[in-house]
Amino acid sequence: MSILLFTLVILLGAFMAGLVGSLTGLGGGVIIIPLLTLVLGVDIHYAIGASIVSVIATSSGSAAAYVKEGITNIRIGMFLEIATTISAIFGAVVAVYINPNYISVIFGGILLFSAAMMLRKKVDHSDTDTSGKLANYFKLNGSYPTATGEQPYAVHNVAGGFLMMAVAGVASGLLGIGSGALKVLAMDNIMRIPFKVSTTTSNFMMGVTAAASAVVYLHRGQIDPGIAMPVCLGVLIGARAGSKILIKSKPEKLKMLFAGVVTFLALQMIYNGIKG
Amino acid sequence: MELQQKHRAKDRDMQLIMGNLLRIGVLLSMTVVFVGGVIYLIGFGQQKADYSEFIMDDAGFFSLASIWAGILDLNGKAIIQLGILLLIFTPISRVILAVISFFIERDYLYVLIGLMILSIILFSLSNKLAG
Repeated sequence: MSILLFTLVILLGAFMAGLVGSLTGLGGGVIIIPLLTLVLGVDIHYAIGASIVSVIATSSGSAAAYVKEGITNIRIGMFLEIATTISAIFGAVVAVYINPNYISVIFGGILLFSAAMMLRKKVDHSDTDTSGKLANYFKLNGSYPTATGEQPYAVHNVAGGFLMMAVAGVASGLLGIGSGALKVLAMDNIMRIPFKVSTTTSNFMMGVTAAASAVVYLHRGQIDPGIAMPVCLGVLIGARAGSKILIKSKPEKLKMLFAGVVTFLALQMIYNGIKG
Repeated sequence: MELQQKHRAKDRDMQLIMGNLLRIGVLLSMTVVFVGGVIYLIGFGQQKADYSEFIMDDAGFFSLASIWAGILDLNGKAIIQLGILLLIFTPISRVILAVISFFIERDYLYVLIGLMILSIILFSLSNKLAG
């Protein structure tokens, strides 16, 4: 395949990945990596390097809008970034010592988990009981704008959330993804932050987390300009398009369909990893 | 209460500046990547693509010096890498902005947290970790 054709194919695939990633909330990374490795035969190390670049682009792009709306809790984000940056660098460093087949299997596992998280019925656990000691010390409790005025909320189990974020960071650094599913689990279920705040804050954190591990990948030569260029342009444009569509169509049926696709990709990744 | 409102107003300012910074960073870096991509495809579009095996430090352009030298040669790959570096720097500059803003607010705890994040990334930048 010529470089020109190869670039155009990736551009199209990355556009689709960005679109689907944005519609489902999964993010572009979890979809572009199987596409590059399974369909185009790209080595998973290059796929991961290109994907992490696209994660920085999409998360920074959408964070720009969310931050202005005042929903993102910058203190929660920065506090948890300590956990995610350290662990993301750790993940990126050990990635090269792990057999690519194992990485493929771990990736498939995270993909399955993300699909399950996507279909799960969301329950808002948030309340206004601001008695948590750590939450008060780090000034994490906050409020966000709603149609009926500012809605205050309290943050719980800060230590547990911090630990879960460290796990999300390792996954992000190791696999080159945003690990939104794990981040939202930490914030929705453990720290009991309202959805709107947790999704926007998780997105806000992704850029810095991905930047920390991208630096390691860049030094190692895993970010190849020939792949990273079409991947980040395509995913970003796709994600933009997705954020425009979301309002008009029915997300529930789409989610079912995408969960099926993602499950299929996950099983393929696991199968390829085991087969070696 | 008044103090809290003042804090909130300053937080609003920071949010607006931060939002603009992120947007400009993404736009600028993606423009550079696009320009580099066009140059790269004009020069190498007809060659064969092969990424089937990861070779460490194969293509060059992974250090600032080599990227700079490549840009002076108008090498498409080097220009793409410059765009990617600008993109990586976008969220990092967002942290720097937050540190300054928390300093003005006299929220020293968060100045410290911001500096911690920056030093973690700086440590990663020092190129001792790539293995």
